[in-house]
Amino acid sequence: MTSILEVNDLRVYFHTPRGMVKAVDNVTFDVHAGERFGLIGESGSGKSTIALAIMRLIRSPGRIESGEIRLEGENLLALSDEEMRQRRLAGVAMVTQGAMNSLNPVMRIRQQFADGLNSHGETVTVDEAREQLVDLLARVGLKPEAADVYPHQLSGGMKQRVCIALAMSLRPSLIIADEPTSALDVVVQRQVVQTLRQVQEELDAAVILIGHDMGLMAQFASRVGVMYAGKLVEEGPVRAIFRQPEHPYTRILMESLPSLDEKETLQVVKGAPPSAADRPAGCVFHPRCPFVMDRCIQEEPLFREVAPEQWAACHLHDEPAAAHSLSREVAE
Amino acid sequence: MTALLEADDITKIFGSGVGRRIETVALRDFSFRIETTRPLITGVVGESGSGKSTMARLLLGLEEPTKGAVRYRGADLRHLSNTQRAAFRREVQAVFQDPFESFNSFYKVDHMLETPIRKFKLAASKGEAHQLILNALGAVGLRPEETLGRFPHQLSGGQRQRVMVARALLLNPKLIVADEPVSMIDASLRATVLTALRTLRDEFGISLIYITHDLTTAFQICDDIIVLYRGYVAEVGDVTKVVKDPKHPYTQLLVSSIPRPDPDRQWSEEPEPSALAGTANPDKGCLFAARCPHAFEPCLRAIPQLYRTDARRAATCYLHQDAPTLALDQMDELLMAASGETEPQVTR
Repeated sequence: MTSILEVNDLRVYFHTPRGMVKAVDNVTFDVHAGERFGLIGESGSGKSTIALAIMRLIRSPGRIESGEIRLEGENLLALSDEEMRQRRLAGVAMVTQGAMNSLNPVMRIRQQFADGLNSHGETVTVDEAREQLVDLLARVGLKPEAADVYPHQLSGGMKQRVCIALAMSLRPSLIIADEPTSALDVVVQRQVVQTLRQVQEELDAAVILIGHDMGLMAQFASRVGVMYAGKLVEEGPVRAIFRQPEHPYTRILMESLPSLDEKETLQVVKGAPPSAADRPAGCVFHPRCPFVMDRCIQEEPLFREVAPEQWAACHLHDEPAAAHSLSREVAE
Repeated sequence: MTALLEADDITKIFGSGVGRRIETVALRDFSFRIETTRPLITGVVGESGSGKSTMARLLLGLEEPTKGAVRYRGADLRHLSNTQRAAFRREVQAVFQDPFESFNSFYKVDHMLETPIRKFKLAASKGEAHQLILNALGAVGLRPEETLGRFPHQLSGGQRQRVMVARALLLNPKLIVADEPVSMIDASLRATVLTALRTLRDEFGISLIYITHDLTTAFQICDDIIVLYRGYVAEVGDVTKVVKDPKHPYTQLLVSSIPRPDPDRQWSEEPEPSALAGTANPDKGCLFAARCPHAFEPCLRAIPQLYRTDARRAATCYLHQDAPTLALDQMDELLMAASGETEPQVTR
């Protein structure tokens, strides 16, 4: 399968007065053409920073220290600012968490759409632009009238769908959706995510969905990556990750999900995620890990393939006996 | 017996626009009683705008009802004497959504816990006060050495929210109203807060009103549940019954919209509204008719009553009009009567 996006050894550090914060450290993954990739992580894990790095929107004191971000083979980090501006929206578009707030409140939707086209040198007449927009709005299940209204006249779910429509306007090969539904309730969430999925299939674009809702990931993604404290700790096909997580953190995430099927004991995870400024040595997860070994405290585990197409960064997989105990407990 | 807290047929209307002429009914004809006899966790769920937070604010006396009254031990919240108000402020506690906003970030966590002890004169000495704090922290599963002496930003969201629960617990309340207490907390830490809330019921005999949009956590910790839709009760009853076998089409939509964390159980498509739904009049008839896949003639004429579909549950839907009706102000009796017949499942 061809990769549309390759992220190699990405490091994004924030240089704060109180020291350097490694928000994203040594992260490598790729996204295939036309794929739905889920990036899972709790707040502060670095998942949104990765999205901003791909868009090259990291602001000071943050800085992309090293690494490569290749979109369709082209290293985005080597482009000039103007070249990068051209890639945004046309090559990679983003739908943000508060996308409803990213719409300009004093411009009609169609004016905002025309803005996007104009800034990329598309010369279209007003009528042509309107026609294109109406087509995009129809794809996200909105009526043509939505083109002529101001954002406040739309509900939260509708605004989020408008943002998806605008993100599609130049047919990007990659759409990044950063928690696009976290401000919406479940019924609207389903509509928005199903819209995103349908659009992704029609355009054959790749989508990176960023979030912390495991349910949403299971419903949307075909492959997922799990972030913890700035590190990618596991990556693999969604079924494999949900059935047989190979990293203890992923496993704990799965177990702490409350069930809708039976009332049960809630699994309490000890400790809390480390602050990005004060990360433990060795494996970042070792202070909370139920399988911690001496080695984990000193040595950082390598990110490697532990099952077909499933990658994890955990020392347990170097020790066959220990790895066995992990998988056995999961099976139970 | 006088209820601890009673909402007697309350309606809250917010006005907006020129001269406040555009009226929004946030909560309508709502009646509910909380007794002190048996501690229960009652969930209130609904989408944004369903009136669930308005209900919390009304019960806490932070808003006044447009119609009806909220009574604390028989006395209208609007006319409490000073003594009554002090008692109310002590017996009924609140935990809000954002554990950051409730803190003053310039003070250490200790200040947050010492203030109620001082204000309500809960301890005779400093040592006693400290012991009270230690007990409260222990009850919510926090270790004093990792909370006391710290500033709020040094704690995780889960820890901060548990400090809020500990603070409420210090006052030895009878009821805690918790409005979305876990929605801003990371997945791996949510269980810590939910477990703390369960402990309040099981070990301290405190009742809880748990307001959320998350049906899954409600299912895990609640005994009973009230589903609100646009300010009106859609369904009410035993949480297991409501979640496993919802009777109101709105509850059915809610349950089917929850993304299951299982790649092999894919979301179903949202059901199409019925042919009649388009003709539904928002000012008349069932509030859900315009979105309802089952809407039929009666739905367009008047808001349905509560129909008691079984001993432990009722739904405001004409699909169940053959069942006996239940007056809106008897909703609590359904929960009360029912809670007597079976022991609650104490799951821990």
